[in-house]
Amino acid sequence: MTGSSRLLIFGGLALASFGMLYGLHYALLVEHQTLDRLGGSLAQAFAQAADRHPAQSRAALDAYGETKYDYVRQVDAHSHWIGLAMLMIVLGVLFERVSFAESIRQAIALSLLVGSGVFPLSVILQTYHHGAMGLKALAVASSALVIGAMAATAWGFARQRTAA
Amino acid sequence: MNAVATTRPISATFAPMGARRLLVFGGIALVAGGMLFGDIFAVFTLHQNASQQGAALIAASQAVAKNDADGVNRIFGSLGSLLEDRGTKVDAHVHMIGAGYLALLLALVQPFVALASGVKKTLAALFIAGGTLLPIGIFLIHYVGLAYSPFPVIGWASVLADSAGALLIIVLIAEAWGFRLYLRTRELSESPLPEDDTWARRALLSGGTLLVLLGFLHGAWYAGAYLYQHERMETGILQDMITAASTNDLAAATAQVNEFGNLAGARAVNIAAHSHLIDFGLLAMLLSFVQPYVFLHEKWKRRWTQVLLAGSLILPVFVLLELKLGLIAGGVADFGGLMVIVALVGMLVGVLRYTGTLDATVGGAS
Repeated sequence: MTGSSRLLIFGGLALASFGMLYGLHYALLVEHQTLDRLGGSLAQAFAQAADRHPAQSRAALDAYGETKYDYVRQVDAHSHWIGLAMLMIVLGVLFERVSFAESIRQAIALSLLVGSGVFPLSVILQTYHHGAMGLKALAVASSALVIGAMAATAWGFARQRTAA
Repeated sequence: MNAVATTRPISATFAPMGARRLLVFGGIALVAGGMLFGDIFAVFTLHQNASQQGAALIAASQAVAKNDADGVNRIFGSLGSLLEDRGTKVDAHVHMIGAGYLALLLALVQPFVALASGVKKTLAALFIAGGTLLPIGIFLIHYVGLAYSPFPVIGWASVLADSAGALLIIVLIAEAWGFRLYLRTRELSESPLPEDDTWARRALLSGGTLLVLLGFLHGAWYAGAYLYQHERMETGILQDMITAASTNDLAAATAQVNEFGNLAGARAVNIAAHSHLIDFGLLAMLLSFVQPYVFLHEKWKRRWTQVLLAGSLILPVFVLLELKLGLIAGGVADFGGLMVIVALVGMLVGVLRYTGTLDATVGGAS
């Protein structure tokens, strides 16, 4: 097994385990409370409006928007970590078919690993700093790293077929 | 059929009731089961659930107009139940397929897991059990609720789902430990996967890679162009809905409910297209490894591959077109999903035929 395959398989297994542990921690300790807050704040926005308290209604709606912003990103990060990890493991098994020099394959594998770890992390960090441009830029850069690595992998497969 | 002659060299990689066989069978069955559940959910629950949510929001707006705060709370109680109904079904579908993918992945990496074959078999059985119980637990959350639960917000179905999730994590950690042992010795614990270069395998591999790439690009485009805009629009529409209801303008409030539904639809189809493209791409790549074990004529292997790849593209494309073409596109998307399920079952039958032939040969020899 080459170094690039090892990096992808071991990194993928580690990332999948981490993503699942994160999901388990979130489901056990955070999700139920978040869902309660999500539904409760929306109901309160309508109930306060029914009592003709527009300021409280707006505050409850803002709370709903912020809670949903966090919830969507937490769930997305969990699923993206595991999904990208699975892709890394699959690619790890067949990475020797990518028709590049091993040094280039290692660079692609490292890009996949770094991008797959950092992209969901930057999404989660946005829940602590809503709208932070630096974190948005990090999410864009890390997802671009994953897309670039995947495009290079597809090109590597195609090169081998051409050679064959 | 000439499969017996060609299967003999790879028989050592697919031992009767070995970990790899268990994971391949269980993995394909979980993916097919999860997809079938998803198709049934899409046809019989999804659209009806969306209509009920819209109706609940209109009723809430009417309650606001009547200054009926208690009525609002009652309606949101039922809306929460509707959302839970939908959410747990989506999660059951996603987690069943995800567990199936992981099972297929583990089947691939078994040679690199340096553990005793008995331990590997036990781990495989535990993984399939966890992968089956996790979606069942999630599905039951809505129906069991907090009945007989000693916890304030977690019911017994959640406990079942969380325990099954923990089981999957434990198995993964054990597999990672086995991989670490392999890295020390660098000795394969069983025969590596058979190498072949058939049309079906190449098509699944390259088609799968392209589908994943397409899914990544679509996701990046949606996140860059619409994600934040849609999030802002949601609270804006809700605010307008509440304001209109507060001023007793129920026509405007109903219009905002429709806007809200359209927005939810736009978000849902984009996210579904993104995730299904990637999931189907990954599935095609995984199935490329299973092809040597599919005991079917080459012509049929090609057909199932074509059906699977076509369905994998039709479903996400027509899910996106639902916004423009409505239910017709939805029907075509469901048919695309059915194509993938049929191709999966076709391949599973091929693997079953292979194992039957292999076991009969081994039994006859002994």
